[in-house]
Amino acid sequence: MRRSRIARLGTAAAALALAAAACADEAPQEDGPQTIRLVTHDSFNLSGDTLAQFEEQTGHTVEHLEAGDAGAMVNQAVLTKDNPIGDVMFGVDNTFLGRALDEGLFEEYVSPYLADVPDALKLDTRVTPIDFGDVCLNYDIAGLAERGLAPPAGLRDLTRPEYAGLLVVEHPGTSSPGLAFLLATVAAFGEEGGYTWRDYWAGLAANDVLVAAGWEDAYYGSFSGGSGGGDRPIVVSYASSPPAEVIFADPPVDEAPTAVVLDGCFRQIEFAGILAGTPAPNASRQLIDFMLGLVFQEDIPLNMFVFPANEKAALPDEFVRYTEIPDNPAGPAPEEIDANRSRWIEEWTEAVTS
Amino acid sequence: MRGRARRAVKSGAPAAGAGRWPAAVPVVFFGLFFLYPLVRVVMRSLSLEGRLDLSPFLEILTRGSLRRAAWFTVWQAAASTLAALVFALPGAYVLARYRFFGRNLVWAASAAPFVLPTVVVGAAYLALLGPGGPFGVDLRYTVWAILIAHVFFNYGVVVRMVGSFWELIDPKLEEAARVLGAGRLRAFLAVTLPLLLPPIAAASSIVFLFTFTSFGVVLILGGFGYATIEVAVWREATVNLDLAASAALAVVQLAGVGAALWAYARLQQRHARRLPLRAAGRAARRPDTLRKRLAVGAVLASMALYLGAPVAALVWRSLSTGSGPGLGHYTALVGGASFVDPGGAVVNSLWFAAAAVVPALLVGLASAVVIVRRPGRIGARLDTFLMLPLGTSAVTIGFGFLVAFGWPVDIRTSAWLIPLAHSVVAAPFVIRTVAPVLRSVSPRLKEAAAVLGASPRRVFREVELPMVRRAALVGAGFAAAVSLGEFGATAFLVRPARPTIPTAVFRLLGQPGAATFGQAMALSTVLLVLTTVIIMSIDRYRMDGLGEF
Repeated sequence: MRRSRIARLGTAAAALALAAAACADEAPQEDGPQTIRLVTHDSFNLSGDTLAQFEEQTGHTVEHLEAGDAGAMVNQAVLTKDNPIGDVMFGVDNTFLGRALDEGLFEEYVSPYLADVPDALKLDTRVTPIDFGDVCLNYDIAGLAERGLAPPAGLRDLTRPEYAGLLVVEHPGTSSPGLAFLLATVAAFGEEGGYTWRDYWAGLAANDVLVAAGWEDAYYGSFSGGSGGGDRPIVVSYASSPPAEVIFADPPVDEAPTAVVLDGCFRQIEFAGILAGTPAPNASRQLIDFMLGLVFQEDIPLNMFVFPANEKAALPDEFVRYTEIPDNPAGPAPEEIDANRSRWIEEWTEAVTS
Repeated sequence: MRGRARRAVKSGAPAAGAGRWPAAVPVVFFGLFFLYPLVRVVMRSLSLEGRLDLSPFLEILTRGSLRRAAWFTVWQAAASTLAALVFALPGAYVLARYRFFGRNLVWAASAAPFVLPTVVVGAAYLALLGPGGPFGVDLRYTVWAILIAHVFFNYGVVVRMVGSFWELIDPKLEEAARVLGAGRLRAFLAVTLPLLLPPIAAASSIVFLFTFTSFGVVLILGGFGYATIEVAVWREATVNLDLAASAALAVVQLAGVGAALWAYARLQQRHARRLPLRAAGRAARRPDTLRKRLAVGAVLASMALYLGAPVAALVWRSLSTGSGPGLGHYTALVGGASFVDPGGAVVNSLWFAAAAVVPALLVGLASAVVIVRRPGRIGARLDTFLMLPLGTSAVTIGFGFLVAFGWPVDIRTSAWLIPLAHSVVAAPFVIRTVAPVLRSVSPRLKEAAAVLGASPRRVFREVELPMVRRAALVGAGFAAAVSLGEFGATAFLVRPARPTIPTAVFRLLGQPGAATFGQAMALSTVLLVLTTVIIMSIDRYRMDGLGEF
């Protein structure tokens, strides 16, 4: 009885959908001005006129579509890959890239502008690196000084008794910087041997590490530095957080209240890719080229608080003065992350709770 | 007596028929915008490798973590619902029975917490319930913090749904019992409470479903020791990127919701009663004795503490600037010195809310009419079915729209899907506020109208509609709140980049810095005030309707 009712509802819905079929559009031919649908995650931000400059230069129109966070966006693209929702996708990072490539979401494109991008950022020819951000430990300069402690020199220091109860991290199962930091520890301590990353996390747990669900509650709720409202002086955040603390300070300050530990960072690289099956591949390539160009690249830092991939892009003063770029942040390769992500998060939960 | 009342409804069926259109509205709307996307996304997620594979169900059902999550989901939802009832019923009583200065404001403001982004409320509670907070206890990352926040969010649901019905109960009934010698408590328990059971059941079902699918509160305040099935669905979809597992979990969740609703429908059928309803507000009097004044004062004070403390913390933080208390964060928002476009966000939010309220109201009203007029099995089944969206994972609804609406016309990225998604979730609120009132309209009134020659349509328009008007507007207020609060499914649509107030708040909170944090608090306060004003003006409509009785 119930089933038949549901079936009837479904039939009604299908009939209605069919009735609407009459006005379906044909895919546009690609010459002349195009409309490019740019799909981004929901943290994408630019100055108002940046994309307008692209439209002016090329005659194309950019329709900006917002998806969920980076993980949701990849799955949104997977679910719709037979009939893609956009032409260009921006914001897939190396923690989700393996899955995106595995699903064949992107078309090959090697932009001529890649010449200005360091090789370390180029992970696959199907996607173009646009920016990167390092997830690193941040510390409250005054908070550590009050306790008479030196900033931790590296990850290992945090398991020492004098740093007990000082660290707040994000849950890798619910937070992107949380996952990035877990990956940094996997890279630093390895899976096998006398002291694995699991032993490290057991050590952190014994040292009273606090686990928050997301970056917002870790930073604003539990971290004591800068705009944080909590009582723990060490937090997992970004290398760009100290400059942000200066730029968004209230009242204005001359020195950053927080600083970055350069050991044990994980580099999140954000990529743009042309969605396979786009009706406008040429225009999409032009947009990718524009994203690597100086106008777009120099607009990135103060809007998204990450670093431009193009080495020629000038950095804002605050990004030069108040932070550093870690030389060689370690991290597993995208396909390795994709294959082990769930297992690592599960093992992490065990290591931290037992 | 009860048998006769039921027969009366059935004999009134021709009058109640009112044509077939009301039944078509909910069936088409929920079929097209809920069931169809749901079926499509589940099928697609389970057949990513080309053929339907049901093994994720087996794998999921044998997971120990699912059993833990399922158990926690059920008991915390039941406990939250009970707590919301205990805390909010006195508030509903005071607002329904007494007139006092600021009553309309309190009435509207009780629902406002509903719209606040969980991140913002979470931050307020982390401060209030932390070791440095005013209560001096550390409840962070305990189940207590989760329950407290759930009561905060759902307080208004109980107050408004039960209170709007309570207003309609003739106080003379209780007075008569007292004249006959019943004590105050006995009169309440024997006369008023049984009459209140339908709206209490309706409000409980909504609070239960809302907390059943709780997500942000559980994550932020519960820490990693607690997870609901909703959290598991979300984690599989956005972190582990396992769509099949996510879909299987969503189906399990929906089955649980369906079972709870089925039990509820059985309960509901037993308790439907007719009662003499009165015009809103007429039953309310000024508290004339000292004892009554003290009681009203005590309830209002507890409400202020309960709802007010987190809000006060929020407002206080929005006013704390680097140069002392002031409006600096607000002027930064207005003066274009901000990182986001708050003006555009306010305009977009208002548009989406308006666009969501209209279909939610129409569909909700039509559904309530159908449910009430077909009392037997069909009405109950429809009633159950139409509540499912409230208990469905946001991921599933959002992804479902994406999978379902690409063909024949590609409307997957249309801005209209945002208010549509909101209205799918908001319509059950309208149904649940309207149905109990509609059910209580005396069949004699309708029969009298029919005897006097009114067509079924006219009976509805002139007898029932005026009676349900206030309930419908309470429902509309919730629909506006669901939309203004940017119900979760929006995040799983691919939508034109138009910031709303909650998304602008998220963006501000996404960057460290005292200025962005202060502006996020200021914009959240704006959202709170705006919601209160909107709900108040919807309520005002309600008050104006008095003369029609």
